[in-house]
Amino acid sequence: MAVGNQGLDGPDLSRMYNSPTKRMREKAIIGSLGIAALISLLTTASIVIVLVSESIPFFREVSLTEFFNPFAEWQPLFTPVQFGVWELIAGTMNVVLWSLVIAVPIGLGSAIYLSEYAHPRTRSILKPLLEALASVPTVVYAYFALTFVTLDVLRPLLGDQISVFNSLGASVVMAVMLIPTIASISEDAMAAVPRELREGAYGLGSTRLEVASRVVFPAALSGIIASILLAIARVVGETMIVAVAAGSTPNLTLNPLETVQTMTGFMLQVGLGDAARGSVEYRSLFAVGLTLFLMTMIFNVTANWFVRRFREVYV
Amino acid sequence: MAALPGAAADIRELQATGSVARRQRISRLSRYLLLAMSLLGVLALVGLGIDTIINGWSRLSLDFFTNYPSRFPDQAGLRSSLIGSIWVLGLVIVVVVPVAIGTAIWIEEFAPQNFFLEIVKLNLSNLAGVPSIIYGVLGLAVFVRFLGFGSSILAGSLTLFLMILPMTVIASQEAIRQVPVSTRQGSLALGATKWETVWSHVLPGALPGMITGVILAIARAAGETAALIMIGAFTFIAFDNTSINDDFTTMPIQVYNWTVRPQEGFRQNAAAGIIVLMTVVLSFNFAAAILRERFRND
Repeated sequence: MAVGNQGLDGPDLSRMYNSPTKRMREKAIIGSLGIAALISLLTTASIVIVLVSESIPFFREVSLTEFFNPFAEWQPLFTPVQFGVWELIAGTMNVVLWSLVIAVPIGLGSAIYLSEYAHPRTRSILKPLLEALASVPTVVYAYFALTFVTLDVLRPLLGDQISVFNSLGASVVMAVMLIPTIASISEDAMAAVPRELREGAYGLGSTRLEVASRVVFPAALSGIIASILLAIARVVGETMIVAVAAGSTPNLTLNPLETVQTMTGFMLQVGLGDAARGSVEYRSLFAVGLTLFLMTMIFNVTANWFVRRFREVYV
Repeated sequence: MAALPGAAADIRELQATGSVARRQRISRLSRYLLLAMSLLGVLALVGLGIDTIINGWSRLSLDFFTNYPSRFPDQAGLRSSLIGSIWVLGLVIVVVVPVAIGTAIWIEEFAPQNFFLEIVKLNLSNLAGVPSIIYGVLGLAVFVRFLGFGSSILAGSLTLFLMILPMTVIASQEAIRQVPVSTRQGSLALGATKWETVWSHVLPGALPGMITGVILAIARAAGETAALIMIGAFTFIAFDNTSINDDFTTMPIQVYNWTVRPQEGFRQNAAAGIIVLMTVVLSFNFAAAILRERFRND
């Protein structure tokens, strides 16, 4: 019954019994609470205003057709200066692809195990441990990607000819970071599937695996899709892992063994070196930021739509 | 009940045959496969812990906490970044607590049920998904440049404040909703004003949940790197911060700094820094978990 304001409806007794000064004070307090609530709206407005207003001068110098020209390179520092954002988007997509290839099976496997197989006691140990993965700061993952995954595992395994900075090292660690995102939202969706569906299937002689894979999984599909979309949004926006482990050379490739630069990687690079205010390089930060903002927005909004859908159906 | 002729005496002795037996075998095997998959994530966490402890343990000494950063790995320490982190997080708490709780109270208790409220709620859930580096760009343009705060503790704290505001508000809203409607009705029926009701009855009930949310958000802010690098906190600091207008750096930035250097000595420093950082972050999370467990049944 958790609906806002319900408790405060009905005849306003305070109006009848309280002095005007008290009511004035009351109004002032409620007004300041409303102002606090405005801050979150102002934040969104400022993000949009900053990104758009700084991007406009950038797009006066670099046309949209050059920005989105699939054959142009991203080369803001050397002549010939070129701003083809597809190279950065490709870098981002490279990491999205390979981290999801690893994280989706593991995350969904964990969700199915926790929701359909695990003994409550096992679950109460395993779930907090998996969720602890979400609290690890990304700079720690970044260290792990560069030193452990790339230098200690990938290079001895695949030979020293692969670069120290490669998409695979970043993707493997990114996948670890994504496991709790995918597992906990998918598990929520599976837990919301009504018992009757499972019991019906068991009654017809299905095994546990058949119930999980043919009844619960399809019934929870919208939640599962939402978890994957949220995971994509997290990879697209993640900065430290890719900046440290994937490299800083823009590269139009989906090959996991190549060095790539992502949108966020480029933005951090600008943030590290003091780009002179007003230079095209400094402004390109905002154009790339706007592209990044819009992409994560699309994934997040779609994911939220899917989440609402499974809530409407079963909860 | 008389046993049917040919039936097993006990249902547990019934054995499936043929394709049913095969399906049951596959299903039994799937349990171990899925368990192994869930353990992969845990294994990664344990491996990460062991690897950092092996690499960093030898660097942990009192000097590591009292030395400023240095060109020489064995003389470099966390001092300025530790002090910077404490300043920034302290200021974040001071700003985020009133604003987040105020926002949540307004949404749950006072806001008129209209289109505007829907916009505020939708906006919060979308803001929660905005990447941290975008908050860094916002902080750079608004706090560092437009308002002229420079790359100061003030600018850093305000940037992190905006970043964790959505998750803190959402957690506080959930805590407020846990307070039973009857509590409010009782208070109002006795003649308390709406604000008196909220202040004396809703807030005390919702406080543990709110504190849990704030602690978790502060743990996130404590580990944030990208947003602070964007506002210019990737700098060499060899003094103790004394005011919110000082330049600063924080622990995760120091860890990043050591990670990207090629010398082995700095890698060890990075590992040692991670041990300290993870201790801080995990104890925040642990405190939040205990608090939630403690007040769950109230």
